[in-house]
Amino acid sequence: MPHLPSPSVPSSSLLHRLRRTLRTPLGVTALTACIVLAVVAVLGPMLFGAEADRVDTNAIDQGSSMAHLLGTDDLGRDIAARVVVATRLSLELTLQATVIGVVGGLLLGVAPTVLGRRLGRLVTATVGVLVAFPGLLFVLFLATVFGVGSTGAMFAIGVATVPSMARLVQNMTASIAGSDYVAAARILGVGRFRLVSRHLLPNIAEPSALFATQAAAGILLSFSGLSFLGLGVQAPQYDWGRLLNEQLNGIYVNPVAALAPGVAVVLTGLTFGLVGEVFAKASGRRAPLSRQQPPSEQSAMAPAPLPDESAEGALVQVHDLRVGFPDGREAVRGVSLTIGHGEALGLVGESGSGKSLTALALADLVPHPGRVQAAEITFDGHDLRSDPHLGTTLAMVFQDPMASLNPALRVGRQLSEVAEVHLGSTRAQARARAVDRLSAVRIPSAARRARQRPHEYSGGMRQRAVIAMGLMGEPKLVIADEPTTALDVTVQQQVLDLLAEVRTETGAALLLISHDLAVVAQVCERVLVMYAGRIVEDLPVAELVGGAAHPYTRALVGAIPTMTTDPNTELATIPGRPPEPGDADQGCSFAPRCALATDRCRSTRPELVGFDTGRRVACWHPVGAVLPLDVRPVDAEAAS
Amino acid sequence: MSSLELRGITVRYGRFTAVENVDLLVPEGTVTGLVGGSGSGKSTLGKAVVGLAPITAGQVLVDGGDLGRRRGRGPVQLVFQNPYASLDPRMTVGAAVAEALPRTGRAARSTEVARYLELVGIDPSRAVLTPDALSGGQRQRVALARALAARPGVLIADEITSALDVSVQGAVLNLLRELQRELGFAMLFISHNLAVVRYLSDQVAVMDEGRLVECGPTDRVLRQPEHATTRTLLACVPTISPAEEAS
Repeated sequence: MPHLPSPSVPSSSLLHRLRRTLRTPLGVTALTACIVLAVVAVLGPMLFGAEADRVDTNAIDQGSSMAHLLGTDDLGRDIAARVVVATRLSLELTLQATVIGVVGGLLLGVAPTVLGRRLGRLVTATVGVLVAFPGLLFVLFLATVFGVGSTGAMFAIGVATVPSMARLVQNMTASIAGSDYVAAARILGVGRFRLVSRHLLPNIAEPSALFATQAAAGILLSFSGLSFLGLGVQAPQYDWGRLLNEQLNGIYVNPVAALAPGVAVVLTGLTFGLVGEVFAKASGRRAPLSRQQPPSEQSAMAPAPLPDESAEGALVQVHDLRVGFPDGREAVRGVSLTIGHGEALGLVGESGSGKSLTALALADLVPHPGRVQAAEITFDGHDLRSDPHLGTTLAMVFQDPMASLNPALRVGRQLSEVAEVHLGSTRAQARARAVDRLSAVRIPSAARRARQRPHEYSGGMRQRAVIAMGLMGEPKLVIADEPTTALDVTVQQQVLDLLAEVRTETGAALLLISHDLAVVAQVCERVLVMYAGRIVEDLPVAELVGGAAHPYTRALVGAIPTMTTDPNTELATIPGRPPEPGDADQGCSFAPRCALATDRCRSTRPELVGFDTGRRVACWHPVGAVLPLDVRPVDAEAAS
Repeated sequence: MSSLELRGITVRYGRFTAVENVDLLVPEGTVTGLVGGSGSGKSTLGKAVVGLAPITAGQVLVDGGDLGRRRGRGPVQLVFQNPYASLDPRMTVGAAVAEALPRTGRAARSTEVARYLELVGIDPSRAVLTPDALSGGQRQRVALARALAARPGVLIADEITSALDVSVQGAVLNLLRELQRELGFAMLFISHNLAVVRYLSDQVAVMDEGRLVECGPTDRVLRQPEHATTRTLLACVPTISPAEEAS
């Protein structure tokens, strides 16, 4: 086996992720910009304060020179020094206004959750109205109310930020307030305010911080705007907006003097934006992986010999199928299977066993970063990878029928699309076939139902429609991935019956994937049991109870309570937990949880070998099975 | 030890009646299984008991006393279906359990947290972890520990194993049964899986379209179902082997 890197921890703490993000080029740039800004704001007035305020009537309105880098203003004051000194006031006012906006937004946003229903609605409505108000108009209105001057402008801009922040917080808290853990806290009698401080605020912290940095950039701009208009900072105080106002008259005489404060505003705004990006990166899925390693080339390995039983009659032939991810995790680790014409094969396993990815690989639908590799995947004699058959002879049924139907399209239209795209039917032909197929899956008054949209169907009927969609072509194989898991128990049976019926009528083979052994047992003839990305047993359904050879299969069967389980005995359990896709892969994956495990199990992996007629098991100590003698693995493989 | 009595509970959302006039008694120290298809109102009934669904009419009595609109830590606790949603992702496991405890000193609190985690088979040293470090089964144990830490007289388990794998389901069910016998709380066990309900319950109640259609001792209801809904549900239990279908 190639060495697998340990998986990156996907959900480390925010602090950890923040630290990691700060090490990226983006993080370094943002941090440097912040430090420069802070240094200038703190030291600027101390070093250049005197020079910025010194009136020199001998040097009025001079251009750029060695003595005055950016020239002087109409009182002979050095403009470069004034731009540097203005940093502190500009930043102070921006940050204060941001604090007002964020705190006010948080209070108003959380209020509907804390207050009763009626007051809460009032707050929500008020915020809604304020958000609808044009932003600039709102600022100007408030600036007039609070009065001209830096304090007034600060309040005006801060308060103007409140509604949009409040709206964001409201939306976020509403979804969190509806979550199960908040409901649990309510049942426990946790008070409203504790609820906010312990459950709501921590869970909205990251997007709020991101919003605050973005808001700060906007506020800086608004402030400069207000000062520029003369509504903000008043002389003798000055910020960048005010400097811009003073110098704009001379823009044709001394352009740098007018542009310098503008450049300062832009750079500072960019810095806020960068800080926001860092937060977004650290909090979101975009957080950089701690280690990324391209998957080792499988082809470097000696290709395993194809099994001689590559039977002529098989519909599907898969050999050494692997599904890996860019970070090196491998979810499917060498699955080989055959499906005969018209056979009903079950694939069972617990969550994370790789059963769904195996099915998706057959349909060439593995989601993006996943990489499929296989020595062989043939379907009906063709290589599936170069010649996908989805829609014509290969049909797929997914777990959630609501998600696999387009809610905006009529059901009949979605079905006929299949025939138009894949079979080249005319629109009328396709529509007729759609209605025919809907009635084939026992949808009553199919012609009328075909004109309805998915939301008008019940859950079971939607799943029937999806199955009907698979039947638009002439499927030779139907892959059903947990087709009944999202359905009600009473409907589950009907869908299973339908799948069995489809099989007998069309002669299609069925690959049924489920976590529920009972579901598979009802429809299938043969079952493959998957564990940690590999098939560990291949057995006829009739042998599931009592006849399974692999300890895992036996444990799985024993763990299910049935209608005959003695209520006075303990249910059988499997100690421990299955390995993660990136865990060390040595020996039998089930060994740590197996009562029969020996040193051999822990060091050498058992291969899937045949015994009896058509049964296979990957175990050194199969229960009740007599294995052929030559089951020892090839030396080369044991050593690797 | 407490009993739970529901008298004429009705839950309406606008014009839609989710639960209609349900009378049910869960005697103290026993388990009542509540079964029904989806949309039968079984989960809504469970939520109504703990105040998460608005009760339009009727009374919830615990030990004969009206639960009414009291605040604070209730004598009825609920364990949710999905352990991935019922624990705050930002809160450590220990803090989640501690939230259910009465206010005491810091030291007493952490010993109590450790005791409850131990009770559900979670190593107390894991109290500092956040839920994302735990598997589904472990999360459900923590959720159970949190509910038990509030010392409920009545526990409502709402489909607590349907989001779990079969191998984990067995362990959680064993634990629940053992704890119920040891601590003696009354339990309303809501599930669509009759085999699981049969394994745990002394009494079975069947709901359909918001109404309680049948209620009686587990053996009797499952052996001689009187209502059509019960018969349908029984017929829909998937079995692994054809041999079991006959029995």
